[in-house]
Amino acid sequence: MTKRATRVLIAKPGLDGHDRGAKVIARALRDAGFEVIYTGLRQTPEMIAEAALQEDVDVVGLSILSGAHMALVPRIREVMNASELQDIPIIIGGIIPDDDKPVLQQMGVSGIFGPGTSTEEIVAHINALVDAHNKTSGGVSTPS
Amino acid sequence: MTLADDVLNGSRRALARALTLVENGGAGADEILTALFPRTGQAWIIGVTGAPGTGKSSLVNALAKAYRAEAKTVAIVAVDPTSPFSGGAILGDRIRMRDLSGDSGVFIRSMATRGSLGGLARTTRDVMRVLDAAGYDIILVETVGAGQSEVDIARAAQTTLVVEAPGLGDDVQAIKAGILEIADILVVNKADRPGADNTVRGLRAMLELGHPAAKSQMISHHGQMMKVQSAAHSNDQPLWLPPVIRTVATADKAAGVETGIGELIEAITAHRRFLETAGMADQLERSRMEIELYDRLQNALMARLLATVGEDRLSEILARIQARELDPHRAVLLILEGQEIA
Repeated sequence: MTKRATRVLIAKPGLDGHDRGAKVIARALRDAGFEVIYTGLRQTPEMIAEAALQEDVDVVGLSILSGAHMALVPRIREVMNASELQDIPIIIGGIIPDDDKPVLQQMGVSGIFGPGTSTEEIVAHINALVDAHNKTSGGVSTPS
Repeated sequence: MTLADDVLNGSRRALARALTLVENGGAGADEILTALFPRTGQAWIIGVTGAPGTGKSSLVNALAKAYRAEAKTVAIVAVDPTSPFSGGAILGDRIRMRDLSGDSGVFIRSMATRGSLGGLARTTRDVMRVLDAAGYDIILVETVGAGQSEVDIARAAQTTLVVEAPGLGDDVQAIKAGILEIADILVVNKADRPGADNTVRGLRAMLELGHPAAKSQMISHHGQMMKVQSAAHSNDQPLWLPPVIRTVATADKAAGVETGIGELIEAITAHRRFLETAGMADQLERSRMEIELYDRLQNALMARLLATVGEDRLSEILARIQARELDPHRAVLLILEGQEIA
């Protein structure tokens, strides 16, 4: 009751229609005790930022299989920052070439999970992000 | 500036954070609810309940769009179940509400039940209150896919819609107690499907067999539906007869398919007008407040009592009950009176 439930947005930006991965992850996060806001396919950056804001999520998880991550992720980060969501971390699941990873990480993507990642690894990563955030903001944060 | 001030000034981030605070409970929640309470009581709260798959989310989406067309601001609270095993949840109602994205006059919040069984979460009432204070004209509350007895929504909303779809059960389902009785408006969604006429007929027949009691009687008595009188016994009160409205929530009006949403909005307006002219809106609010006061009093008293008794004492008494040395009834007296009762 007093323990804050961790809320994670799982969204699939872009135009490819393969949402099985996103659903598997959503299910695994549910089984790990998270509240998963699942928004489904073909989300625009604006829709993702809006959902992240309204739902007050701790982490935004993006599933990207289309290869468009270098276009989508910066745009999503930009729109989220414009909505004062710069403190909300982004994690990515999908097929991301090794060369792109450092660039994405520089944009503030905290975790990139390719095929074969265990769900335990993702859960541990999210828990670490939430713990770190709680430490810096002293629990519940209040906008100034 | 406090978080409450930011909420009242229209900050959406502050509103989202306030909702989280309230949902998690505790001292922070109490503080902000106290600050916001004087500003509540303005919104019209519409509950949407019904079995899983009847189209509640799509209907909420369509209603929100219609209210936006009237320039009313809309908040949506969508409740989905928490897993009893992991405590996690998948909140997927936004999938059906993508039409509403990008509209700053709409605020959608998903909630998990977190162990509550009545179709809403324990804190849904408080979440609604924050949205009310934030100035939304209409609050649409979508319950979990409800079966027959998840009737909390009737105590939280001013107008309750019960959504049915064709092909879900025979006429006997329609005369069972529970969820149908709480409807102010019955909606047969997916009305373009075969069997819709039968469903409408079944519901109308149910209404002819006996009208649900005046709602104030249903929801009063300290949060329990103790007494449901038939229409014949409540002549002194004006009676609202729940209309049965057919809708196709996902239909495209532009393609010439009738959605029924216009009729539904009219029915909701008529219900609101009925409650307001009959003076029942005040009366309902009073019983709602009464229920809430008793609920909170009960919880507070319980917490206080348990704190004074202590866990050791409780487990000792529990052991004696299990050993059949003490029966549960006398155990209660023992705890309350603090001594052995012969």
